[in-house]
Amino acid sequence: MELARVEGHVVATAKSNRLEGYKLLLVQLLEPDLRESGKYFVALDTVGAGEGEVVIIVRGSSARQSEKLSNVPTDTSIVAIVDSLVMNGKTLFKKHHQETREKAK
Amino acid sequence: MRLGKVIGTVWASVKDPKLEGTTLYVMQPVNERHEALGMPVIAVDTVGAREGDLIYWVGGGDATVPFADRTIPSDVTIVGIVDHLKLEAGP
Amino acid sequence: MIIGRVIGNLVATQKHPSYQNKKLLLVKPIDLEGREDKEAIIAVDTVDAGIGDKVLVMSEGNSTTEELGFAKRQPLRSIVIAVIDEIYSGQPEKGKGQLKE
Repeated sequence: MELARVEGHVVATAKSNRLEGYKLLLVQLLEPDLRESGKYFVALDTVGAGEGEVVIIVRGSSARQSEKLSNVPTDTSIVAIVDSLVMNGKTLFKKHHQETREKAK
Repeated sequence: MRLGKVIGTVWASVKDPKLEGTTLYVMQPVNERHEALGMPVIAVDTVGAREGDLIYWVGGGDATVPFADRTIPSDVTIVGIVDHLKLEAGP
Repeated sequence: MIIGRVIGNLVATQKHPSYQNKKLLLVKPIDLEGREDKEAIIAVDTVDAGIGDKVLVMSEGNSTTEELGFAKRQPLRSIVIAVIDEIYSGQPEKGKGQLKE
């Protein structure tokens, strides 16, 4: 699993039927310290992530292990939205409380 | 799947029994203009390629399943020989 | 999945049986500015893509096996799974904004 940031989304009309109804998000891979890697992927969203959010992505065959995705053709999936990231006692990232509260509503 | 060129043959009299009947080649990954990319690797051939052929290959877990009756211990497997490549008109 | 551009068609006579009657495309991975990667990927077309199209390439063997209707895993990894109409990207401060063809 890797950290990534949602940077946008992709619109495709001609696509596999089994991708129907799923959101395809454009994500940029982040280094563990949240530096941008410059590498972009298109990931299937399973958690309702939005633009700007830091998320966890899973690549390879594991991307289909999520219950919902057993029949969906994907090699990259978003499986979690990161609330905060602490490394060596230092908080590297913390999602704004307001955003968190809004999500909870 | 990616492009490559067969540049040599590996002869091995002792090899995994599951590799019996396959040919081992030295394969150089190339781009669409036949230019080398990275280091050559050893590839298992399943389609009758010959030295000099432009081929395409598959890596990772998918390299282990070319035969119906067995999986093979391979991480690079040649699965097709390119007859021709039609590229968009260059700049 | 990665974003790529179709740069060619590939024809092969001698090939693994799983590639029988499959249309093969040569796809160059591209970044958001349209810059191409060095190495092209060969992918089976499932959406009738053509040269010049911006596409989504999915590279995962099990998904490909299912998508192409095989009962058993095959030595096939990459398929073109969608033709991209548009990519929306925020962060206009980085000069990305909305990508246009």
